[in-house]
Amino acid sequence: MSARVFALHGGLIAVLLALHFLLPVYHHGNFARVMVLACYAIGYNVLFGYTGLLSLGHAMFFAAGMYGMGLPLHYLGIGAELAFLAGLASAALLALVVGLLALRTVGVAFMIVTLMFSEAVYLTILLAGRWTRGDEGLVLARPERVFLGLDLSNPDIRYLVALGLFALCLVGTLWLVRQPSGRVLIAIRENEERAQLLGYDIFRHKLAAVVISGTISGAAGAAYGLMFGYVGASFAEVQYSIFPLLWVLLGGAGTIIGPFFGVLFMFYLIDLSSGLTSAYMLIAGVALVLLTLFAPQGLAGELRRRWVRWLP
Amino acid sequence: MSALLSTRALSKSFAGLRAVHEVDFDLAPGEIRALIGPNGAGKTTFVSMLIGRIAPTSGTIEFDGRDITRLPAHARVALGMAYTFQITSVFARLDVAENVALAARRRLGRDRAAVARETEAALERVGLGQYGAALAGDLSYGHQRLLEVAMGLAQRPRLLILDEPTQGLADSEIAGFNALIRDLAAETTILLIEHNMDVVMELADRITVLNFGEVLAEGTPAEIHASAAVQTAYLGTGADA
Repeated sequence: MSARVFALHGGLIAVLLALHFLLPVYHHGNFARVMVLACYAIGYNVLFGYTGLLSLGHAMFFAAGMYGMGLPLHYLGIGAELAFLAGLASAALLALVVGLLALRTVGVAFMIVTLMFSEAVYLTILLAGRWTRGDEGLVLARPERVFLGLDLSNPDIRYLVALGLFALCLVGTLWLVRQPSGRVLIAIRENEERAQLLGYDIFRHKLAAVVISGTISGAAGAAYGLMFGYVGASFAEVQYSIFPLLWVLLGGAGTIIGPFFGVLFMFYLIDLSSGLTSAYMLIAGVALVLLTLFAPQGLAGELRRRWVRWLP
Repeated sequence: MSALLSTRALSKSFAGLRAVHEVDFDLAPGEIRALIGPNGAGKTTFVSMLIGRIAPTSGTIEFDGRDITRLPAHARVALGMAYTFQITSVFARLDVAENVALAARRRLGRDRAAVARETEAALERVGLGQYGAALAGDLSYGHQRLLEVAMGLAQRPRLLILDEPTQGLADSEIAGFNALIRDLAAETTILLIEHNMDVVMELADRITVLNFGEVLAEGTPAEIHASAAVQTAYLGTGADA
């Protein structure tokens, strides 16, 4: 079983590495973006897919990572490495505070509370426009985007760094959900009261899930800002809270590889349909409805249900 | 007498309705105690307070000499109490072995070999040895009840609270269940909430009868069977169990 799991996930990383040499320039750039966004989806999936908590405010963690990285990098010149860590720390701290407050609620109330917190973060970014430059955002200069000696404005390097981060998130969450504490998260998703009566501290596990999920999302935000050289308030808007939900639903909630395929599918769905018509969201919408009707568990979820029951 | 579990004046009211009223209850270590009473007598409310699923309105609960009245449920389980649900509450979409492993893992942690051993032993003991790989939700109702018991066993509790464990079991399964409980009594104290009077009379060392949220009678099966008050309230006048 472990060998199959290892082969599947290692295989995905290997294919993505091979694509680095094979993809034409346009798709090469797309895939780099998809891999970073997949990290965001993976982070979201820890909370939604594995713990069963639906957040409508994950953009705040993505933005906390992005601004936590971008502001000190731009204004204090602390270097990309330290700035990245600052982004991680910002997202982790925000997740801890939001988790402590929002986890006092459940279900729909949890969705609304996270949505409200995220709006508060978005408005804060706009209000602090003197430093964040609001909607206009900050453009990070090329020399600022050198990470451990790697120039992230170079497309080849960017692709490989995105792959590295993606592999880290993929393997990290795979490890997490096979740990005893990761199994408890799944147990909470499946039957919270039963899990508590097996002696597990539900609040502590949920809080840990929020912090891990928020931190991974923040890592994706910080990396996105560094790689594409732009830090903007649009990433804190509500649509960036909805995207990871859609990606994870499409790819398969509670699967490790699902989030990547969800992002990939939706990225190219919008890309292809916008080439056909300006009403591209209509085509994207129809595709989403069809997928929800015929594969309600998402691409990887459906795969698991029908053929590959061992899929983690 | 040093009771493993005791309650003093334990009460619960729901919007003025007295579900459980000033119950004093002592459970000796190693005992099999049955808790019986007509529907609505407050049995499930009472044990829900014991395990911490609901908070009492007043009164205290002590486990092993320690006041646990304000402890959350998971902390009580960590002290050695285990509870199996009246309405089957397994992790339906996880496989049978994982259900039991979750129960064993809190105690055994990262030791995968020990968790696997404990899981296998618990499943063998309730007779579900060959179902480890099946999804818990695909098991028959009776087997899900047994899985609940296996999850209780894997926790190696000092007190095992079984809430109507034989409900929905076939007669043949009940015989096996009785043997299992007698076997378990050597290792743990058992509190059994049960409707099936044959099971109660066969297993229990002592019986507590609840009626309208109060203790109506307490004694050995023979004493309870002979009690006129119990006959009237519960067994039906003149009925032979």
